[in-house]
Amino acid sequence: MENFFFWTFVLTMIGSGIGVIANKNPVASAMNLVLMIISIAGLFVLLGAYFLAAVQVLVYAGAVMVLFLFIIMLLDLKAEQQANFRMLGIIGGLLTVLLLGIGFFLAGKNITSLVGKMGIVIQNNSIKALGELLFGNYALAFEAVGVLLLISMIGVIILSKKDLD
Amino acid sequence: MDGSLTVFIISTLIKIAVVVGVLLGIVAYTVLAERKICAAIQDRVGPNRVGLPFLKGRFWGLGQPIADAFKLMLKEQFVPGVVKRFYYTLAPFFVMVPPLVIIGLIPFASIEPITISSLKIVVPQPGVIINAGAGVLWAFAISSLSVYGIVLAGWASNSKYAFLGGIRSTAQMISYEVALGFSIIPVFLLTGSLNFSDIVKFQIEHGWLMIPFFAQHLDWKLFVMWPFLFISFLIFLVALFAETNRAPFDLPESEQELVAGYNTEYGGMKFGMFFLGEYAAMVAASALIITLFFGGWSLPFGLLTKGVGIGGLIIQALVFLLKILVFLFLFIWIRWTLPRFRYDQLMNLGWKIFLPLSMVNIGSVAVLLALFKTL
Repeated sequence: MENFFFWTFVLTMIGSGIGVIANKNPVASAMNLVLMIISIAGLFVLLGAYFLAAVQVLVYAGAVMVLFLFIIMLLDLKAEQQANFRMLGIIGGLLTVLLLGIGFFLAGKNITSLVGKMGIVIQNNSIKALGELLFGNYALAFEAVGVLLLISMIGVIILSKKDLD
Repeated sequence: MDGSLTVFIISTLIKIAVVVGVLLGIVAYTVLAERKICAAIQDRVGPNRVGLPFLKGRFWGLGQPIADAFKLMLKEQFVPGVVKRFYYTLAPFFVMVPPLVIIGLIPFASIEPITISSLKIVVPQPGVIINAGAGVLWAFAISSLSVYGIVLAGWASNSKYAFLGGIRSTAQMISYEVALGFSIIPVFLLTGSLNFSDIVKFQIEHGWLMIPFFAQHLDWKLFVMWPFLFISFLIFLVALFAETNRAPFDLPESEQELVAGYNTEYGGMKFGMFFLGEYAAMVAASALIITLFFGGWSLPFGLLTKGVGIGGLIIQALVFLLKILVFLFLFIWIRWTLPRFRYDQLMNLGWKIFLPLSMVNIGSVAVLLALFKTL
């Protein structure tokens, strides 16, 4: 049963991933990306990381991708529909896939040691444990991410308002 | 197959059948109620011609939903020529499915296992279909997907009215989703759980969050907390109105400007699915409000909560249903008595009032809880 779900999610993920880059219509690409995000959430569920799965759907599928779609529709990207694939792009993409594949394959050989390190959250699958970890052990990293987001927000405001003064 | 697994699967299937059946029944009759209440508010009679089948007499138009359903299903499935057909067909499902899943997450009765002694079986979690640990989070995750239906409908219709409706709706739903999420964090802080059943259990013991004297043991902390929880409830309620695209937040389909908004180009059962989806979302929204703020399926003072068997379960479900009907009435009442917001007012309310207010509210409740701990 678990195998069946694993392969369903993985195949959907890979298929929709190819759909994202192969579609010429930007809206179709975005919808494929949504499908991919949801199947990743499915993989998280199989790993027992229910909180992560819910947040994945809520933040990425529910908010970020909606904004993507919103922008695509507002800009009305019709020129992109006719653009053809460039040889250089295809070669570059395949090369990236190859290199990443080798990298992940080599990393995957040591996967047993990784599981031991990530076991803290996975074993106590409660939001309380996750919160204690996030605001205890990793408080500094968490705050740093917050500052990073703040900087990007201020950057957007400055970029969009620079004509005013 | 293992015996308990069989019981689990069969009981789940029964629950799904009952819940979906009741939900669709409520949806059908909410449409009639909407037309009747609207008529009463506008001093008209409303639909009163269609009687029940095989019975003589009109019964105040109670057969209207049946006639409506047949009309929608038997209509020609007309698709305009210039639409993007795949997404045009896909969009109604995105509106229809999320409310059904959310209803599945919300407990409509106690989840304590009940034993049916005559058959010698134990039914696990009889009062809920999916008992997810982070249930509230899942409900929000699923409900955030329903915006795709409206966006895709607007885009795939290839029509300016539909497109404008879709764009408006996206902006509105994204804006209010933030306030919606923030507004109920005080509830989680107080109850210490993201699980619907745990939140209901907390309310049975300490008092319904909005009516704190309906409790097994009165808790003075809840009375101190009440004003903050009330702000939280108010923001949640208004944001839910915006999320369900109901008046006064029905800009996506404001008929004076956009014909019918995102579903202008839809007809027949495809339109029917948008229609059903909107009302199912209203039922899901009412169920969320009740579970988070009004004690869920519980009766006042924790009556009939423990070891009550199937009869008690049915009473709890009926209480839940009754509470839902009260909030559905509120939804309809507000729609027909308040005028629509202007677009800039909508954005100001969401971003400049609700968002800061809900953040301050989270901070206040957190500080109060910390104070209670030191006392």
